[in-house]
Amino acid sequence: MTTVTKYKTTPLKCWQKGKELRLEAYRDLATGHEQGKLMVLGCAATPYGMLAGLGDFVFLAGEPYGASVAADPPVSIPAMETYEARGYARDMCGYMRNFLGTMFQDKYYFTGGPFPKFDFAWSVRHCPAGHPKWHQIVSEYQGIPMNYIDDETMLATDGEQQSRIDYVAGQYLDSIEWMEKITKRKYDDEKGIEAMRNYFINEGLWGEINLLNGAIPAPLDIKSMFALMPISMLRRHEKVAIEFLTELRDELKERIANQIAAVPTERYRMCMLTPPPWSFLKVFRYLENYGVVFVGTYVYLINSGEVKFLYDKGTVVPAIPPEKRPGWKTMKNREDLCRTVAQWRAEHPFQSHLETRKKEYVIMFKHWKANAYLLLINRGCVPMTTSMYDFQRDLNKQGIPTSMFEGNFADCRDIDETGVLDRLETFLEGQGIQKIQD
Amino acid sequence: MITAGIDVGAKTIKVVIVKDNKIVARSINPTGFEPLETAEKTLNEAAKQAGISRQDIKKIYATGAGRKNIPFADHNVTEVTADAKGTNYLRPSVRTIVDIGAEEARGISCDPSGKVLDFSKNDKCAAGAGAFVESMSRALEVTVPQMIEFSHKSTKDAPINATCAVFAESEVVSLIHSKIEKADIAHAVHDAIASRVSSMVRRIPIEKDVALIGGVANNTAIVEAMKKHLGVDVVVPENPDFVSALGAALLAAA
Repeated sequence: MTTVTKYKTTPLKCWQKGKELRLEAYRDLATGHEQGKLMVLGCAATPYGMLAGLGDFVFLAGEPYGASVAADPPVSIPAMETYEARGYARDMCGYMRNFLGTMFQDKYYFTGGPFPKFDFAWSVRHCPAGHPKWHQIVSEYQGIPMNYIDDETMLATDGEQQSRIDYVAGQYLDSIEWMEKITKRKYDDEKGIEAMRNYFINEGLWGEINLLNGAIPAPLDIKSMFALMPISMLRRHEKVAIEFLTELRDELKERIANQIAAVPTERYRMCMLTPPPWSFLKVFRYLENYGVVFVGTYVYLINSGEVKFLYDKGTVVPAIPPEKRPGWKTMKNREDLCRTVAQWRAEHPFQSHLETRKKEYVIMFKHWKANAYLLLINRGCVPMTTSMYDFQRDLNKQGIPTSMFEGNFADCRDIDETGVLDRLETFLEGQGIQKIQD
Repeated sequence: MITAGIDVGAKTIKVVIVKDNKIVARSINPTGFEPLETAEKTLNEAAKQAGISRQDIKKIYATGAGRKNIPFADHNVTEVTADAKGTNYLRPSVRTIVDIGAEEARGISCDPSGKVLDFSKNDKCAAGAGAFVESMSRALEVTVPQMIEFSHKSTKDAPINATCAVFAESEVVSLIHSKIEKADIAHAVHDAIASRVSSMVRRIPIEKDVALIGGVANNTAIVEAMKKHLGVDVVVPENPDFVSALGAALLAAA
């Protein structure tokens, strides 16, 4: 046991507002049709602001929904068993298994009532490990049409950038026609452009909020960050999200100026690359007993958030909306909208090549002034585990300490909590970090 | 100063008492279902052996899987830290430690002072640990000492490909039905464990000298197999199953 100097701490002033906005989004998903809104399903990375051209809508991003279910084992386990009983494999995407399980049970997690019926599924391909298959299953089960944008450009080389953008922009244009046809609604370009402008601003704000955690002491802990993230994840196209995220950003700046810490005993800073095991978020609170604060995770810096990496300088700065970037056009019509979205996504760090990601991981480690990375070998997500040992080796070569554990971000049956804590305790002991005396 | 280290392992509890940096007693008992009682009993036995009373012991450090369940310990340390300290005391030239216990195996890289630089551990799997040897000896209907003896007499390689203890057991059963000699199966079992542990240990830098500790280090067939798979000589300190407890006792004295 050891003692450390404590920083002052206070709860976030905007916490309650954030909580209400989050719940409002989840409630909307249950009552979308009653409110006359279109109900659309897709991946969280989809530029769903474009849907606003069809009128009011509710977008259910499958990943955050799956994560919410996964965080609640008494609901998650029966849901996954329902999914498995239908013959689907247990090694598929963990989010998908939770989502489909509750759909087959006809239980919407946030209300306990019937599972939402969608008008259609529209999504970027996002995750090659099974997300298109996920929406295909929903499409067949609910009898709804689906349309996919093939923009998985991460592995393409820079020389092909322009043809990639043409290819993806063309698909967006086609998909708008497709949406008009299946909904029998006329697409309003202005509304689509306006909502995407909000979307870009919110991405930049969320990225900036993540970057503010480079301050010592960190103004925001990762668990609170996860709780507020659904606003940027699910409501990126709305002005209300801009208002909230601006308020949160300003409050964090105020906390930094006044040295108000998220974790008063902060003395060791860790960050992650991936989502956490959602059923095991208590690990972050437990490690606060050691004075460990988790300052961020790379994946949510660039998924529902955007930043600009300056590779030559080895730094990172907040992203500005595309239309304000040098050489970018102002969106005036549907073609501009589709091209801007395609180009924006092609240049977004979300699409970074794995080798570029290694540089970004180091930049973020330095920006966050972290002491170590916690790495997850995730049995519930193949793409987010791909190259993890390579990443670890690379980080270690650069003198960055890492602790790696095996588990599953969305299946509580697949994580040995005691073993993980033991591993982390061993790692921290090696770093000279002992439990703090109360 | 007299200190004690208690290693609360999955299968056995070990106690080492150190007086002025010298080992004065060792004691070991099966953990059983009442680890706290067993720890008390083992500590008392060690104290008796050292010719001291419990009150003479100034500090007690616990380590091992059950280290947090010893309320009379002054502090607890992880096995990795204790292993490094204990090995450094016994063999200061060792830089890589492989600890194979009943349920867990780990590789540790340490500096000349015994400070841990890096470590790797197996996850949720006993295929690379002592419990697996015992399980396979039951499948072969021999005791563990007999299995070691058989293994040294092996003349042919038999394949066990599974990395999972459950599947490996069914492979052993298949080999028995294929009339493969017990000696060759026993050898294959040890080889499979060494292969699995070695691949895990390679996640950390392997620097000479390499030591094998933990209860499984008493198994000479495993020692031979580890030498083969790691491609280096492996030293086994005296009383390898007590190294963690020794490390805890030394840390208590520090």
